[in-house]
Formats: sequence, C-alpha cells, structure tokens
Amino acid sequence: MSVASQDTAIRTGRITRTLIYVVLILFALFYMLPLYVMLVNSVKPLSEITGGGMMNLPEEFTLEPWFKAWSSAQIGVEPTGLAPYFWNSIKMVVPAVAVSTVLGALNGYVLTKWRFKYDTILFGLMLFACFIPFQIVLIPMARMLGLMGLAGTTWGLALVHVVYGIGFTTLYFRNYYAVFPTELIRAAQIDGAGFFQIFWRILLPSSGPIAVVSIIWQFTNIWNDFLFGASFAGADSQPMTVALNNLVQASHGVKEYNVHFAGAILAATPTLLVYIVAGRYFVRGLMAGSVKG
Amino acid sequence: MGFLDIDNTTKSYGAVEVLHNVDISVQEGEFLVLVGPSGCGKSTLLNMIAGLEEITSGEIRIKDSVMNGVHPSKRNIAMVFQSYALYPNMTVGQNITFGLEMHGTPKPEREKAMREVAKLLQIEQLLDRKPGQLSGGQRQRVAMGRALVRNPDVFLFDEPLSNLDAKLRVDMRTEIKKLHQKLGTTIVYVTHDQIEAMTLSTRIAVMNGGYVQQLGTPQEIYDSPANIFVATFMGSPAMNVLPAHVRLQKDAPHAEFSLHDGSLALLPFSQKNLAAWEGKEILLGIRPETLTDVDGADRKSSNIAEMTNRIVVTEPAGSDTFVSMQLGGKDVIARMRSDAEVRAGQDFTFAVNMEKAVAFDPETEARIAP
Repeated sequence: MSVASQDTAIRTGRITRTLIYVVLILFALFYMLPLYVMLVNSVKPLSEITGGGMMNLPEEFTLEPWFKAWSSAQIGVEPTGLAPYFWNSIKMVVPAVAVSTVLGALNGYVLTKWRFKYDTILFGLMLFACFIPFQIVLIPMARMLGLMGLAGTTWGLALVHVVYGIGFTTLYFRNYYAVFPTELIRAAQIDGAGFFQIFWRILLPSSGPIAVVSIIWQFTNIWNDFLFGASFAGADSQPMTVALNNLVQASHGVKEYNVHFAGAILAATPTLLVYIVAGRYFVRGLMAGSVKG
Repeated sequence: MGFLDIDNTTKSYGAVEVLHNVDISVQEGEFLVLVGPSGCGKSTLLNMIAGLEEITSGEIRIKDSVMNGVHPSKRNIAMVFQSYALYPNMTVGQNITFGLEMHGTPKPEREKAMREVAKLLQIEQLLDRKPGQLSGGQRQRVAMGRALVRNPDVFLFDEPLSNLDAKLRVDMRTEIKKLHQKLGTTIVYVTHDQIEAMTLSTRIAVMNGGYVQQLGTPQEIYDSPANIFVATFMGSPAMNVLPAHVRLQKDAPHAEFSLHDGSLALLPFSQKNLAAWEGKEILLGIRPETLTDVDGADRKSSNIAEMTNRIVVTEPAGSDTFVSMQLGGKDVIARMRSDAEVRAGQDFTFAVNMEKAVAFDPETEARIAP
C-alpha cells in the first residue's frame, strides 16, 4: 500500500517538476533574448542588419565591429574608439570602490564595536544618504568639486562616488559587524591590540563575504553610472557609459548598429565578470547578518 | 591589602546603579568564584577588573597599583571568555601568541612560550589548525592557553564551561582545578553554576541584584548562608525553607511546624540563642541531605530529631532517592540513600539533623542561627 502511494507521489512530482522546468526555461530564454540579439548583431556586417532579419544568425561572421568599437569609432573629436574611456572608467571605479569599501568597513567597525553617544542617530543619517536622489546633489556637488579644484577630473568623479557609496557600504558592514562577537574585540583589547590592529588583524580577515557584497554593489553602481559621469567629467575623463552614449547618439554618418552592439557589450563586460567571479559570495554575504547563526 | 582589591566599587549606567559598593579582597593564589543568577552583576564586575567596563566609583587595585582608567592590556591580566573568543582567521599557534606579539615579545621567545603552554595543555598537535576545526573542549584549552602564555597576575574566567556539554564540563572543571593547584595563580571566575562555584573555589562571592550577598569559603556559604537567597541558591536540590515557630521546652528552643495532616512537630534546636525568639515565627532551613531515614542519619551529629510524615512522591535518582512531602505548608525534599525503602502515600519516620538546621528572620531574610 505505502509503496504504491509513494509511486504516485513521485509521478505527480515528476509532472510538476517538468512543468516548472518548462516554464523556467521559457522565461530564461525570453530573458536572454536581448543578449542574443546584441551578440548576434555585433558579429554581422552592417549590411546584414540594415537588410532586416535582426534575429537571424550571421551569414558572414566578422569581429570587425568589435575592433572598431574598441579602438577606432568616432567618439568626441578623435576616432579613438571606447578604449581610452574604458581606462577612464577603470581609473574611476578602482579607487572609488576600494576607498568606499574600506571607509564603510571602518564606519561599521566604529558604529558597532566602539559605541559612542548618538551613534545610532549618526548611523541613521548615514543611511539617509542611501535615499537621496542623485539629481538633488548635482549642482551643490559641482560647486564643491569646483572649490576643491577637482572639476572635470577622474579623481573628482571618484570622490563623488565614494561619498555616495559610503551610506551603502556602512550599512552593509555595520549589519555584518553587529553580529560579529564583541568578545573577540575584547579579547584582542586585553591582548594589547589597538584600534587599527584589531581592525586589520581581527575584523577585516573575517569580512570576506560582506566585502564581496560591498565590492560588487559599488563596482556595478559606479561602473554603470551615467548621470554623474555626464555631469562632472571633462572631455578627457568621461567614463565608459558616457562614451557609449556619445557613440550611439552620434548624429553624423551612418548608424553602425553592429558597432553599437559591440560597444554596449564591452561596456557591460566588467560588471558581468565581477559578478561571475565573486557572485557566489554575493547572496551569502547579503544574507549574513540578517539571520542569526 | 590583598593581591587584588575591589574597594567600595560601584557601577552605574546613567542613573541606574547595577553594582552597589562591592568590597572584595583577593589574596595571591586564591580562586575566587563570583556566582549568582543572570543579571546579578557578576560579569560586569569581572569586566571592570579586566578594564572592559569603567568603574563608576571606588577603586580596583592589582598588586597595590590602582587600575581605574588603565587600559586592559596594561593590567597584566588574561581573560577566558564564555565563547572562547578565538580569532577565527588565525591558527591555534597564532591565537596563543597574538597577545605576546602585540606586547612586542620577540619571535623566538613567543615560540618558546607557545610550546611550553601547548605542552602543559596537551594541544601541541593542534597548533597549526584553525579554531573552526576544533571541538568545544579543544577550543576551551586553546582559550586557556592564550591566557596562560601571558603569565598574568590575575586570570579572569567568564563562564568558561557553560558552552560545553555536561560530561565535558565536569572534565574541564577538574582540569581547571588541577591547573590552579599546579600553577598557584590568582583566579577570578564567574559562573551561574553553584556546583562549579563549590567545587572550584577557595572563596565564593554570592551575588544578587548588584550586591555581594555573602563572601566566604564554600563551607561557610553552604553551612551558614547569610540569608535566604544564598541558602536557596547554593545547593542542589535547594535548601528547604519552611515557616516555623520557636517554642521553649525545658528552657531549650524548639522549632514547631505543621506536618501533612496539620498536627504539629516539635524539634529541638542546637542553637541556644534562638531562645530569644520564643513565640515568634522564623523561617527554618533544612538541607535535603539532613532530612533522611533514621538509618541514614549522620552518626556524628549530636542532635538528630525524629518525626513521622506522609510521603507524597519518591524520585529514585540512582545514587539517591528524593522524597517529597508537606512540611509547614511547603513542599519539602528529603534526600535518602538509594536503598531506603520508601513509597508514595506511606507514613514514614524521618530523621532530621537539627545540628545543621538554619534559622532566618522572616522580615529581613537574614540568618539568625547558627
């Protein structure tokens, strides 16, 4: 009896599971469609695209659009391709991510392990930073950058992103360190470790998962940012996103869709790579601190 | 002047005073246990000795130098935490030597000290492992190793055994005691477990509500508890406390209380000073092990009284049999030999060792005799 009922249980399970998989695969395909269109059209000659059949596989395979987008497309005055802007973005993203993550970790450390009067209010104010829309700060920020002599520079842009990112990184690290056993800090104090020694030797080495979250979040946001890049960057410090926009929006000549597609993929690659390399830590880190134990 | 002096020390958080005028002086080589229910302030006091909590008023001195405001690392103390607080990213060896490294001890000396401590605690084979790969008992040893390697003036233990399972806890308890006997170090040990307090300590401070209720040797605390709280907190099962009246018979004070059926029992006190309480109500404290069958009564006692009462429940526990009954309107537990022939519902003759009986003032709950 029980064996028979077990059998039917498995069979119904199999049917439901098949259904679930079919639906999931359909949604996955639908979701992947834009990427397919971009990839396929980035390796076609322009004539194939303008002749219709966006969904078709390329008849003639060419990597020419990729090379053109990278090194010779007309963006701005010189036909430089996206390459210099790519390096602009790197020069902006790496320091901005590093500094905002380290500062967030320090803030989280102080807010949880070196409690002081009104620390929760201070933390609340820092959280508030997460909810300020970008547009509000554009003009004051431009003035500030001007006063600091950083207007139109990559460093200025990095600074803006650091300031904007600290709210988020502080939130992440504070929540992570809130469940970090305070006894460890006390043990280190008794052992004679100072403020920064505890931070570097005890806390940071145990912060892997949340550091990954902070880095992915900051990297994605800063790399993908367009508004600050368009507002604060000079002609020679524009990030990748702004350059891609200039490439696509260029009003002269023929619209080279294959080059545009290739450029868009180039612009999206770094964030994809970061997510693929560190992604499995992402969810783990996001969950850490939210659930006890 | 002790080795560690806690002098009229208080602790307040804002307007709330959580420790009231604590006065304890610990001699060199003493094993002082602070015991009490959670929230009694024992851990706060330990943290104040460690320097992890500020002292609101009063003074704490180690070897006659005032520790108020001195950084924890400069007090020459070491602490073992309840969670062991091992640094998860370091190996056992690095954990043990971290304190020495922070104090600027050169590497060869650190290595040497680490080897010695590891040998003492038999954790030599664990030195290259991470704390996550250790069992509870091993972590406990490493935590002790980290404390020992510093060769501190005072060891502080904050409920170090409460995360271990019951069997390991007993083993580690013995081991800590052995270590103390071998090294003769000064130890302040916090626990809520009265058995740990009794077995380990040379002196116990029983704390409740931010006050030290009683400070004394385990024997003093057990036999002459200062008040009802100490009497019922220390000992398992707890001391029976029942209302009784003092009556004089042939000029000797007796305790009078009701049996299960309302009839009165009259048992002679050993303490003559209770005559002053004639006619008044007191609270009578009887330890379960002083309430036995007649054959099991303490032969050395000069004052065994007998009474007959009905048994309500018997609980055989292997080594002992616990018998509960009604005395003075309270549930009272007697501790019998396991082979005592008792059954529920039976009228049974009990022997009470009145030499060990304790009397309390029902108003103040303080001990009035012995």
